[in-house]
Amino acid sequence: MNLSEIDPATFPPATPPGHLDRRGFLRLSALAGGGLALALYLRLPSDLLAAAPAAAAAGTPDGDFAPNLFVRITSAGEITILASNPEAGQGVKTALPMIIAEELDVAWTQVRVVQADLDPRLGRQVAGGSQATPTHYEPFRRLGATARFLLVAAAAAKWSVHASELSTPGDARVVHAASGRAASYGELAGAAALLPLPDEKTVPLKNPADFRVMGRRTGGVDNPAIVTGQPLFGIDTRRPGQLFATFVKCPVFGGKVRSANLDAVKALPGVKHACVIDAPGVSSGVAIVATTTWQAFKARDSLKVEWDEGRTAAESTAGFAAAAERAWADPGSGKILRNDGDFEAARAAAGANLVGARYTYPFLSHANLEPQNCTALFTPGALEVWAPTQAPQRGREAAAKALGLPPEAVTVRMTRMGGGFGRRLTNDFVAEAAAIARELPGVPVQLAWTRADDMQHDWYRPAGYHDLRAVLDSAGSLLGWSDHFVTFAAGYDTAEPSGVASLGPDEFPGRFLPHCLVRQTPLPNGIPMGPWRAPRASAQSFAHQSFLDELAVASGRDPVAFKLAVLGEPRAIPATGGKGPVYHTGRMAGVVRLAAEKSGWGTPLPKGSGRGLAFHFSHLGYAAIVVEVTVSPAGELTVDRVVVAADVGRQIINPSGAENQAEGSVVDGISSCLLQSITLDGGRVLQTNFGDMPLLRIAQSPKKIETHFLVTDNPPTGLGEPIIPPVPPALGNALFAATGKRIRSLPISAHDLSWS
Amino acid sequence: MPLTLNINGKSHDLGSIDPSTPLLWALRDHLGLVGTKYGCGQGLCGACTVHLNGQPSRSCILPVNALAGVKITTVEGLAKGGQLTALQQAWCDRDVAQCGYCQAGQLMSATALLARTPKPTDEDIDAAMSGNLCRCGTYTRIRQAIHTAAAQP
Ligand code: FES
Ligand code: FES
Repeated sequence: MNLSEIDPATFPPATPPGHLDRRGFLRLSALAGGGLALALYLRLPSDLLAAAPAAAAAGTPDGDFAPNLFVRITSAGEITILASNPEAGQGVKTALPMIIAEELDVAWTQVRVVQADLDPRLGRQVAGGSQATPTHYEPFRRLGATARFLLVAAAAAKWSVHASELSTPGDARVVHAASGRAASYGELAGAAALLPLPDEKTVPLKNPADFRVMGRRTGGVDNPAIVTGQPLFGIDTRRPGQLFATFVKCPVFGGKVRSANLDAVKALPGVKHACVIDAPGVSSGVAIVATTTWQAFKARDSLKVEWDEGRTAAESTAGFAAAAERAWADPGSGKILRNDGDFEAARAAAGANLVGARYTYPFLSHANLEPQNCTALFTPGALEVWAPTQAPQRGREAAAKALGLPPEAVTVRMTRMGGGFGRRLTNDFVAEAAAIARELPGVPVQLAWTRADDMQHDWYRPAGYHDLRAVLDSAGSLLGWSDHFVTFAAGYDTAEPSGVASLGPDEFPGRFLPHCLVRQTPLPNGIPMGPWRAPRASAQSFAHQSFLDELAVASGRDPVAFKLAVLGEPRAIPATGGKGPVYHTGRMAGVVRLAAEKSGWGTPLPKGSGRGLAFHFSHLGYAAIVVEVTVSPAGELTVDRVVVAADVGRQIINPSGAENQAEGSVVDGISSCLLQSITLDGGRVLQTNFGDMPLLRIAQSPKKIETHFLVTDNPPTGLGEPIIPPVPPALGNALFAATGKRIRSLPISAHDLSWS
Repeated sequence: MPLTLNINGKSHDLGSIDPSTPLLWALRDHLGLVGTKYGCGQGLCGACTVHLNGQPSRSCILPVNALAGVKITTVEGLAKGGQLTALQQAWCDRDVAQCGYCQAGQLMSATALLARTPKPTDEDIDAAMSGNLCRCGTYTRIRQAIHTAAAQP
């Protein structure tokens, strides 16, 4: 295509949100048939933008080369790559730009990475589901490759040679080896900016064997700012004239303000405003706005609220556990999710060995170290927020709904997050900040939650109750499996489980056994629940993989051999009804074998020490873990070593970041299953801070974590989640090996591990 | 009486600040030094760690009126003349941070450790760093980075 084909109907807005000045970008219709979600743009001089598009075609570009929204090269040779996704510590602000830099063929040190704001033209801007890599890997390669293609084309035109004679040595230059000529990308930027965009599907991609950026250990782009304490996080936002707010909600979920002593609070030092907030999608509560965070927090001590606690006040952890017992006792309870073969007949068959156990785990909080917060500036008809959110588009919608504004009236500035783990996929704090800022038009207001607010108003990982049974044949092979899973409904008036509390009919070992019966009973409730790192999998795998280990022991076989036998021959097992990913048993067996081998599985350990293995497939990744522990006779636990084996496809983009995710998943998995429990009484959470909801400390963390990636010829997939699900059961299995005690409920710290 | 604090070698006037204000909030909201982080407000997480005359302390539970005449160092005061300290450099080279929120506090505790114990063992590190929580689980890298910095001549 050529520039005269510019379609004026597809002009971008004149002032798109974002740090990069993108005025002067003209959208080309080159992508109409391209199939890529990411639109490509060609930059033209801003003075020509005002003119008719036809005139632009004849214009002279002003230097910067920006073939799409993600790449910009100035004539001075400055290379900027846009980081489009929210960064919560998963490393995406480094890894995704590395993909682009690779195909652009520049050295990583030549690149400056700039954080984007929410901008629908940038594609999926979500930190969740370990989706950034599988969603962006191929499209981002093409973004970089398109830019490189144009720079090479510009050099070819400049030297009147064929592009095939040119190469890029990986340092932001184009080289003509035959004549010894070379030109930097900066020198070529002006000419490249004039060229029509190629069909991104036809641009050549690098041979992975030639990768120079991907596959190298690369430090996070924000590391220097982090170690020097520069403002990066949402809570670091400071705007001129900013005030600070706290928001007091009913300790009972769903409770509402009846009355509050607002006048007394308004008279307190530093307090600028106090009011009851009542806005769509925002919890009822009292906002206190003050000159500093401390004054706002301190004013809470004098606040008296009379609450209407509502129906959830009757709910408690003990009540849910009792309801689970009742459901298990009722043969008609629940809905059958899977019924392969005839489990009842199998258990009644001659020689069958029936094993049964009940597994439970508590609610969990995300406990992001940076408490929820958001800074908002309301001006009539518009809102700007600085939000540490994993889902900025949902944040925009939540804020717009709270204020009755159209979503386009809300500008979302994306800040770094002090941890996500799924908590910040829910944007309650953004909606609250919006509703509070509306009270003070023209004044930026930062809402910060206290640690207790954060712990008591989370969207919790659901507790769960599994009644598991299995049948082994006389040779010790697993024939049948049943699970009656008691879980939580998505509210009071539905029999459907919450989306983060449901058991998938295909959950392992569903699809692997001749007899499999899976039943689910959701309990009605008013507890807020949300995704917690590897939702469903990170909880359920504790029950399933621990019980599988019990079966291995009951079979008399080595646990690894037993588990590999259940996985069976390498094959691709499609999801039931085609809904979901295919399970490649060979990939799973591969990581199980790798973890076993690297851990020295089978070699003897002293008394009181033991190894446990577990595996899980989630978020498109295959992971196996071996944990090695030592337990003193008095019951003191040391995690000596953890071996991680994972298969996430053919390319690890940033090995340093990938290993950091693995190491973090191991620590998170141990921390949560060893120490943590959110308990409810009277419809409220009892824990308030790290004293009663501990995080693992450095001295308790594994002495050694080794990560091994099994590279297989499969599309690259994400690492934020798939490694955590097998960690808790691997630890439980190791504890059994070390002490003979089987852990069937969490947290482990509630159990006596002593032995003699 | 106006309160003056010595922070990172400079004198800062806090005017008529409420004397019970914790140092954390004086730094963050009065002075705009936001590198020191709020994590728990109760001395439980270490995110707010600063140095008082070189000793690591939890700024979230330190009222400012107790700090007159004390030399306060925050994470912003570690690097001198744009030069990262050996620990800061090791933190970058070892790519310690995930979210990074705890790391200012980790660095302050680690800096105090090396000042006291230039060649710490793993046990020394675990003891000195046990008050600094990392939700992201970067502990193995924290140990490595401290050893790396300690090995610098
Ligand atoms: S904020 Fe001070 S120790 Fe947690
Ligand atoms: S790096 Fe996130 S809390 Fe430590």
